[in-house]
Amino acid sequence: MRDLFRGELVHITAEEPEARAKAEVRWQRDTEFHRLADSDAAQITSEKKIKEWFEKQAEQGFRPERHPFSVRTLDEDKYIGFFGLWVDLIHSVAWVGIGIGERDFWGKGYGTDMMKLCLQYAFTELCVERVSLGLHEYNPRALRSYEKCGFRLEGRTRKDVLREGRRTDTLWMGILREEWLQMQNGDLI
Amino acid sequence: MFDIQTQLFEGQDIRFGPIDHEKDPEIESKWTHDSEFMRLMEVNPARPMSAAMIKKQYEKLEKQVEEKKNLYYFTIRAKADDRLIGKAAVQWIEWTNGNGFLELGIGAAEERGKGYGTQALRLLLRFAFAELNLFRVSAIVPEYNEGAIALLKKFGFVQEVCRRQSLERDGRRWDLLVFGLLNDEWRNQA
Amino acid sequence: MKDVFTGKLVRLSAVDPEEMSKAFTRWNRDSEYTRLLMMSAQPLSSAKAIQKWMEKEMEGVSPTDFFFTIRTLDENKLLGGLGLNVISWAARESFIAIFIGEREDWGKGYGTDAMSIVLRYAFTELNLQRVSLGVFEYNPRAIRSYEKVGFQHEGRMRKYLNHEGKRWDLFYMGILREEWLQMQNGDKT
Repeated sequence: MRDLFRGELVHITAEEPEARAKAEVRWQRDTEFHRLADSDAAQITSEKKIKEWFEKQAEQGFRPERHPFSVRTLDEDKYIGFFGLWVDLIHSVAWVGIGIGERDFWGKGYGTDMMKLCLQYAFTELCVERVSLGLHEYNPRALRSYEKCGFRLEGRTRKDVLREGRRTDTLWMGILREEWLQMQNGDLI
Repeated sequence: MFDIQTQLFEGQDIRFGPIDHEKDPEIESKWTHDSEFMRLMEVNPARPMSAAMIKKQYEKLEKQVEEKKNLYYFTIRAKADDRLIGKAAVQWIEWTNGNGFLELGIGAAEERGKGYGTQALRLLLRFAFAELNLFRVSAIVPEYNEGAIALLKKFGFVQEVCRRQSLERDGRRWDLLVFGLLNDEWRNQA
Repeated sequence: MKDVFTGKLVRLSAVDPEEMSKAFTRWNRDSEYTRLLMMSAQPLSSAKAIQKWMEKEMEGVSPTDFFFTIRTLDENKLLGGLGLNVISWAARESFIAIFIGEREDWGKGYGTDAMSIVLRYAFTELNLQRVSLGVFEYNPRAIRSYEKVGFQHEGRMRKYLNHEGKRWDLFYMGILREEWLQMQNGDKT
């Protein structure tokens, strides 16, 4: 069977709450990262509080509807980001959230490699029928990366985000199981 | 009298031990980062776990052992240096029927293929049958886990149930097999 | 579309812990009933204790457990209950347990009808791939009922149960989505 946790540039890990909190605190302060990744208002949370939150998560154990992962680079084992899958169990649809907190790793193919691992996990381990995501129209780098992974643009909600006095659209993308399988060219087991 | 001298928890190269809450979580966390190991051991979606998560899991396990009285959990340790190499358990014990389910795994890839699994299963079966006095034990294994199937058959387990297509991985469905071994059958082997 | 919870003789409805716990104290006193249904010896619990346990079980919205009561269509009489437990969302498999409490209601087709309803629910509403169950060797009425709705025999755990100094096998049965769909082909309602 294939190695689910290893891509070409990155591998999946579970980081300790302390390490996650330290990284989150820095990434949170990077406004550009925050505005590309999220739509809620930027805020500053203490490392202590973030650590508590991650410790609580560690207590929860396996839940079928959420699957968070941390990501490290393969060559230097550097902790650079995360992705998570939230599953609508009845309809077998997963939503993905993904981000590279370390800006030095933007635009170098790491995100695309992470998304490939994420889709492989979604389709061969969670066995969902489709994966969805939303992104800001002002994030063309992400759009290109997702398209490379097989996502198709399905629609946009117009002017639903207001930042710096400007309204922008949210784009919605999706990839279906058949489409992803076809991309694998029968190279699965 | 009975054989009181042969140690229940000592094998040839491995032994059963308690959980070491300080050292073990980090080691087991490493195992969980090996997706092959996780897919052999777990029916739930394979996922890496942090040492913090493993620690919580250990706490829950010990609580269950204490309160529910339906679980016996062991760490498998190398005799040479007491390092953690796997885990073994008799779980879901139903006392009135005398049943239990076995769980066993050698965590690190480099420790597999050395016969530790065989030694551990031997200890586990003796514990289940000669000490817990169970009537029968069962094991659930995905059909692709050829190593486990071979090991179980070596000890005389009989395949009893085929849960058809109960698992989906890598784009296809797999059967989950249930194996069973009766106390008499085990006893007659020795 | 027809009402997904209504069959020919019975319908499925919500569980009221107070009503159900009182019913359990009646049903549990019939040891033939408990031996047909339960894996291990049961204490004779009070309605109060059972109600407390039920409320705890049903607390919060669980994505994995679905409980129903079974009632007759004509008189709305409480007959028994059904529990559907999704053991794996990735594999889309659930286990099912069903019971008709009063012996005077046994052998009248109520169980078979209820099982047909819940299989339809499992395959068309929860979108599952397979439904499994365990049944005891000494419960031929149940085995026949399950065979009638399409469950296939998948093996038996030998000498699993211990009663009256004798040992009895636990049968495993399962029905796959394709098998259920094939059975429906004649019946389009």
